[in-house]
Amino acid sequence: MRYLLLIYTQEQLEPTGDAAGAEFAAYGAFTNEVRDRGIYQAGEALRPTTTATTVRVRDGQTVTTDGPFAETKEALGGFYMVDATDLDDAIQLAAKIPGAKHGSIEIRPIFEYGAAEGSSSEAVGAAG
Amino acid sequence: MLPPTDPHAVVDQLFREESGRVVATLIRVLGDFDLAEEAVQEAFLTALETWPSRGIPDNPGAWIMTTARNRAIDRLRRRKRLAEKAELLGREAAIEAEVAAVDPEASIDAESDVSPIADDRLRLIFTCCHPALAIDARVALTLRTLGGLSTPEIARAFLVPEVTLAQRLVRAKRKIRDAGIPYRVPPDHDLPERLDGVLRVLYLVFNEGYGASSGDRLIRRELSTEAIRLGRVLVDLMPDEPEALGLLALMLLHDARREARTGGDGELVLLEDQDRGRWNRPRIDEGRELLERALRMRRVGPMQLQAAIAALHDDAETPADTDWQEIAGLYAALRRIEPTPIVELNRAVAVAMALGPEAGLRLVDALVAGGELDTYPYLHAARADLLRRLGRSSEAAAAYTRALELTANEAERTFLDGRLAEVASG
Repeated sequence: MRYLLLIYTQEQLEPTGDAAGAEFAAYGAFTNEVRDRGIYQAGEALRPTTTATTVRVRDGQTVTTDGPFAETKEALGGFYMVDATDLDDAIQLAAKIPGAKHGSIEIRPIFEYGAAEGSSSEAVGAAG
Repeated sequence: MLPPTDPHAVVDQLFREESGRVVATLIRVLGDFDLAEEAVQEAFLTALETWPSRGIPDNPGAWIMTTARNRAIDRLRRRKRLAEKAELLGREAAIEAEVAAVDPEASIDAESDVSPIADDRLRLIFTCCHPALAIDARVALTLRTLGGLSTPEIARAFLVPEVTLAQRLVRAKRKIRDAGIPYRVPPDHDLPERLDGVLRVLYLVFNEGYGASSGDRLIRRELSTEAIRLGRVLVDLMPDEPEALGLLALMLLHDARREARTGGDGELVLLEDQDRGRWNRPRIDEGRELLERALRMRRVGPMQLQAAIAALHDDAETPADTDWQEIAGLYAALRRIEPTPIVELNRAVAVAMALGPEAGLRLVDALVAGGELDTYPYLHAARADLLRRLGRSSEAAAAYTRALELTANEAERTFLDGRLAEVASG
């Protein structure tokens, strides 16, 4: 089953100096681990929210604003997409992401259209 | 044929005892909560219709399992026909997925597949109590699928509208399916944490049924009974888990006092005022045996410690015989595992009983200074009681007044009002 692991962290609390180097290395190790298991599908880090632009279309008008919509404590800083066995597997992977130590990881199952033939997951839980 | 018994009574009893087991097995085979539940309910309805005229089968449990399986196959075939029609409407993808995932020919024609594996109920317990589900959903799902309680029964027990509870169940089942919550007993490295979660759900169900708050008393009693029954199932399935034994012991040791803890008008009777002759001795003995078995495994945990405290209360022939020193020590051990202010408050009360109100008050005042329990009525009631015993009447009156401000429970208000009048006049 495919899951998106969304990494939320407080940008002000991001490690700096040596700690930043250590965290970078830890992310590299995690990426290698999921690649070696053959379940890695995608993963990227995002530039901070100061570079973000928000777009909305209201009454046919495109409204563009600077930054994220709401002032939130934790902002999306990056993500992985993995093809995990089940939610327990995804939880274990999420706990290994370095950002989980100071931020939080949100696990979202991917909406699989035509799940019957598309998914490589085992039929666990209440398949249907 | 069994001896002639009322088929309705047999079906009722069988439903309580067996429906969880049959549902658990069918969920494994079918991979679908709703289909399994519906099929099992239909099987029990069929039993109610046919057993009175044809007699009760030799092995009613196996009969239910076979009938439920057949009903499930019928339902799947019907779904398949529906799917053929739906295809014309261009909606094949969704329904095909449903049918393919639970292909009747592939998975349930083999008789051996529906032979109950002991693990099925264990799998179901761990799935229903998965930490990715909200705690109220875990409780509702456990009672519904394992306990065989109806949606209206659970709704009444938790004082929520039936619609709310039904939605809670639907959402929980949908999350199990869509988020890929596995249907299995967790691997060893996850087991301690996950078992702890299961024990908490069962203890919550028990307490909901045991607590003196409001709600339908009969249904509440049913909750406690159900929690104890599921506790027994868990102990049967995991006999080497001391905390599972500890939980069952804890529930039995409390439940033994059930008859004595309410008076004629349904009012709460405090432990020290209870008629100890009305305590259920066989329950206490059973609880103590389970606790001793658990303690011999030498892996102590919060459930065992709380059971040991309950056992010490049950052991005392009169309130004065209570071994408060030992109880204070057990609370201290519990605090090391669960450092919460509530545990500390309980320890303070035990210390006051063992060493005198002054020693207890020092601990309670430290809690007051901590501020965490400021809106917890029992903190102020406990403090008031210690001040009263020390003869510090005006301070006691202030603390009773604060406790009264925070309590909605009528029985407790009556009790606190009485004490307040006593210190105010004294």
